[in-house]
Amino acid sequence: MTATSLSTTTRDEHGARQNEHASSCPGPDTGSAAGIQLTDISLSYRQGSQAVHVLDRIGLSLAPDEFVCLLGPSGCGKSTLLSIIAGYVQPSGGSVRIDGKHHTKPTPQVGVVFQHANLFPWLSVAGNVEFGLRMAGIGRKERRRIASFYIGLVGLEASAARLPHQLSGGMKQRAALARTLATEPRIVLMDEPFSALDALTRESMQLHVRRIWQQTRRCFFLITHDVDEALLLGRRIIVMHPNPGTIVQDIRNPLFQDTDAPSFSILRASKDFADLRQHLVSMIAGSGSNSR
Amino acid sequence: MPHPNAQPAEPVRTDLRNGLYLIVSAVSVGLALLIWWMASRNEWVNPLFLPSPPDVWSAFMTIATEGYKGTSLLAHIGASMQRIAVALILVLLTAVPLGILCGRIRLLRAIFDPFIEFYRPLPPLAYYSLLVLWFGIEDTSKIVLLYLGGFAPMFIAAVYSARRIPPDRIQGARSLGASRWRLYLYVILPSCLPDLLTGLRTAVGVTYATLVAAEMIAAVSGIGWMVLDASKYLRSDIIYAAIIIMGIIAILIDAGIRNLIQRVSPWAEH
Repeated sequence: MTATSLSTTTRDEHGARQNEHASSCPGPDTGSAAGIQLTDISLSYRQGSQAVHVLDRIGLSLAPDEFVCLLGPSGCGKSTLLSIIAGYVQPSGGSVRIDGKHHTKPTPQVGVVFQHANLFPWLSVAGNVEFGLRMAGIGRKERRRIASFYIGLVGLEASAARLPHQLSGGMKQRAALARTLATEPRIVLMDEPFSALDALTRESMQLHVRRIWQQTRRCFFLITHDVDEALLLGRRIIVMHPNPGTIVQDIRNPLFQDTDAPSFSILRASKDFADLRQHLVSMIAGSGSNSR
Repeated sequence: MPHPNAQPAEPVRTDLRNGLYLIVSAVSVGLALLIWWMASRNEWVNPLFLPSPPDVWSAFMTIATEGYKGTSLLAHIGASMQRIAVALILVLLTAVPLGILCGRIRLLRAIFDPFIEFYRPLPPLAYYSLLVLWFGIEDTSKIVLLYLGGFAPMFIAAVYSARRIPPDRIQGARSLGASRWRLYLYVILPSCLPDLLTGLRTAVGVTYATLVAAEMIAAVSGIGWMVLDASKYLRSDIIYAAIIIMGIIAILIDAGIRNLIQRVSPWAEH
């Protein structure tokens, strides 16, 4: 009797302490607002006797309808940061929260578009787009309806029945985007999604993604090392430096136009674009000379 | 012979060339038959070693119509095929799941690998007598022998296929909500399928090669037993006929699996 009541008390105490911890943790900067909060994300590992710091206390707050471009030289830890947000890698310190809830493992709430389309080769475009819905236990009819909406959104209606190996690089990437969007994630992570495409396809994909963002208004988080891409797409641009990976700049992109048909060519020709581009390029280049 | 399913860059010319090579293959086989026929007709070789093609043909017709030792030819083939089929089904049911799990989980691999690596290179005949001791002289020991022969190549193919799934694919699937058994059923298994079928091809080959050995002890049916029994009576015409039947069956099975691979995984390179 005594033992049971004792153990219950401890458990209650423990639970209370956990609750207390949870309510105190969000802190002044995160609050309980909707969106994605990264708090003091650090990642380091030991290599022999040396500690390697990949990420150092990254803090970010992303609005639910943000378009963020994360810019940085290769090796600055931006892909690692994406893996942590996706839940593939556990940080050594800090936390990821979505609408105030801890996010520690991959879920459909956080969609990922990879550098290579990464489609399931045995499924048609429609089958790929339906995959996440099938995992969620959604019935066939409803699955079809939702999938055809997103296939239409990325303009692949004519290729819905094709297998991935019958698609071009740009089409594959669009199918991958539709597959990710179909589960209605809170945030869509994209890891240099256009870097494997040729220049013309890349530009049309950028326009596509811009338009899809405007139609869906989800949080898009795009990693790139291409300054032009960040300036054309990002409403917010974040610059990272390596060794260890830290955020050195977090700006609202003054060139961002929330219009239906932004003209990339006119934008590119403007003086503001050239100036801002120069500024960002020198920031990234600066990180290289500092580190080594 | 060129691969019949190779993706042609220039369809017309490649088709033409494929046809040409097919004709060359046919001529080559025809020539071999001609030499065989001439060698036996002119008695260059003792007819006991090399019966003439007509002799083999008539032996074939006899066993095809009258059967061999009281059992029809189809029943002999059926008995052998049944042993192989049962063994292969057991192989698929055990080696595939175990191999995939071992490919995914390092600890399991560490547990099973030493045993597989140990018994894999053993000639099946080395332990056949033990199997007879354990499982009796009836069909069970034969099936176990074929099973053990086919298990190793299938297991190794399954481990290999599971290990070479791109990590991105697994992570992407998890981000789409596939967890635990769904991940295995909907992502890992289909990813492995092309390699598994290639493994099945190898397993069929090994099982088939072991078949004659399996039917050597205390069998009264089977195409392999037929060869051994005929050799006791020096009926080389029946031996040749049976060997040719075995060869043709093997080619048909292999073609069937190759066709299946093409249909199941048209994106993979084979």
